[in-house]
Amino acid sequence: MSIAASFEIQHLRYLDPEGKLLVKEKDLPAFARDLDHMVELYKLMVSTRVFDTKSIALQRTGKLGTYASCLGHEAAHVGIGSAMQPEDVLAVSYREYGAQLYRGVQPREVYTYWGGDERGNDYQKEPARHDFAWSVPIATQCLHAAGSALAFKIRGEKRVAVCTVGDGGSSKADFYGAINLAGAQQLPLVAVIVNNQWAISVPRSIQTGAETLAQKAIAAGLPTIQVDGNDIIAVRKAMEDALERARKGEGASVIEAVTYRLGDHTTADDARRYRDHAEVEQARAREPVKRLRAFLESKKAWDQKKEDAWLSECDDWMDNEVNAYLETKTQPVTAMFDYTFAELPEDLARQRAEAVALESGEH
Amino acid sequence: MAQITLIEAVTQAMAWEMAHDDSVVVLGEDVGVNGGVFRATQGLQEKFGPLRVLDTPLDETTIAGATVGLAVQGMKPIAEAQFEGFIYPMMEHINCHAARMRNRTRGRLSVPAVFRAPWGGGIRAPEHHSEANEHLFTNVPGLRVVLPTSPARAYGLLLAAIRDPDPVIFLEPKRIYRQYKEEVPDDGEALPLDVCFVLRDGTDVTLVTWGAQVKECLEAADEMAEEGISAEVIDVATLTPLDFDTIAESVGKTGRCVIVHEAPRTAGFGAEIAARLAEECLFDLLAPVQRVTGYDTHIPLFQMEMKYLPSVERIVAAAKKTLAVS
Repeated sequence: MSIAASFEIQHLRYLDPEGKLLVKEKDLPAFARDLDHMVELYKLMVSTRVFDTKSIALQRTGKLGTYASCLGHEAAHVGIGSAMQPEDVLAVSYREYGAQLYRGVQPREVYTYWGGDERGNDYQKEPARHDFAWSVPIATQCLHAAGSALAFKIRGEKRVAVCTVGDGGSSKADFYGAINLAGAQQLPLVAVIVNNQWAISVPRSIQTGAETLAQKAIAAGLPTIQVDGNDIIAVRKAMEDALERARKGEGASVIEAVTYRLGDHTTADDARRYRDHAEVEQARAREPVKRLRAFLESKKAWDQKKEDAWLSECDDWMDNEVNAYLETKTQPVTAMFDYTFAELPEDLARQRAEAVALESGEH
Repeated sequence: MAQITLIEAVTQAMAWEMAHDDSVVVLGEDVGVNGGVFRATQGLQEKFGPLRVLDTPLDETTIAGATVGLAVQGMKPIAEAQFEGFIYPMMEHINCHAARMRNRTRGRLSVPAVFRAPWGGGIRAPEHHSEANEHLFTNVPGLRVVLPTSPARAYGLLLAAIRDPDPVIFLEPKRIYRQYKEEVPDDGEALPLDVCFVLRDGTDVTLVTWGAQVKECLEAADEMAEEGISAEVIDVATLTPLDFDTIAESVGKTGRCVIVHEAPRTAGFGAEIAARLAEECLFDLLAPVQRVTGYDTHIPLFQMEMKYLPSVERIVAAAKKTLAVS
């Protein structure tokens, strides 16, 4: 017997859980040697966490519908969003706020959508304005990104489509379909599996028999890497490499970012039903914000005073966003009809008139 | 001017639009070198290249999801499901994304895509190759469901479907793909969507139909004419959004209506038309509305499929039943 193919999966990490550098300074990627830039990334990770905490508080006080927390994913999400160019396109599932805030999605828009109003998906700021909206059916966004990448290739544009998917989502045919198409057609796609260990109550261990999720890319013929998803330097570096390959016309890549969902699946979930407190506490010791802060403090680039000042700024920003959300008037009943088609068909116009009449008490 | 079949008209429409709009692309299984299993995309890859006429991996989910992505980026993709019985894996992307994207984003993103599929029974095909399941799409808001029934209407309606800013399910009755030829000018002229076509004027009974059953309805009308019964035949063409006014106007004139379709009866689209007649035209009706449809069974394998599909005999009998009430 001979070997038909063989493979190995590399794991990338620069910072250990205590924020200690595992490589020599000179071996850091260029962006990570720029401490001002690292501070910017840290600030966004912190503001994402402040936003997330506020979101849960809003839900708990009845001001928001079901919300999917991103606690613990900050390095993965900010790493993804910050590596992309404005002209690229992002297709997320529903908790990648760190990436989306970086690209211009506003907290008030997140609240508007999860507060039960479609207008939250009408992102006002570029580049988020040309990104996909939240995609609740698991992994479907991967194919939307692959289709976008196909459009870029057909038109000869140097743009990249990026999709994110969970460990559970990597079990879906859509994920494989996307990376398979991207491999077959050398599409400018980066597919990031944000492996947070839990798909609601189902652990990674029974999601698949594969040793890593990164190796699923091998079946599609794509370069792939596993990174410590709580180390923003590793996530960002893997993203930059993958984006560069895609932009040069060298095709798609897969990245598995290993992290941990520190919160419940959503505010409608109670994770205590299916996982041990001890496991969560262990994971908390490896969480990303603390890790990057320790690194920055060791470089004298951050301290408690700066932390307090930034938290205070975040609070002001969130107050402003929450107020804007709470002051938003509900949509008129006609909005239910007006975006079903580009032009309202006659038959639907009659139903619209019925609803308007009911609304104004003319029934 | 060349005489062409319905399927050649489908090809002609795609070729016209691809030549005049760079954003139009075709994707599906075997659509490239092979020109599609029914030859609907014959010659297109030679003309427009392997990226604009893309042989996808063999996965309907991939075709549908990539189509949504292409369309959101401003392309006008035409996706082919090889047979309508294989469209089920596409439905998540059609129903959850293509149909909802405009509404979900309050108009920020949209999916101007066409999902084509050879539709219906009667060609002695294997299992899963003979489905009529248009009703699975007609109650999905945000979709247009269109069935062409002649070469000229296939050309004009497909052009309209490609140009439409919203997703269109374009179901091609494969039994009449090559039934006859007619002259179809290749002039890029689209036909309107959202209107029914009155194929034959009549005064005694209205036959409302779509898809390949247009053939049987016209034959039934001919047969009844010999007995002095004047039947009007309406090809609904675009099921949703429905042009009910044309149907109501006809029934207002005839007072009698037979709805003919090959999909199963219960909750088929005929039920919707019957309900609308009951709601809006009850006092115009001289007799109860009749439906001639496939039975509430799976369409049999081909030895028995013609016993399942509505026949001229069944249509004439139903029409006469409405005429027996005075």
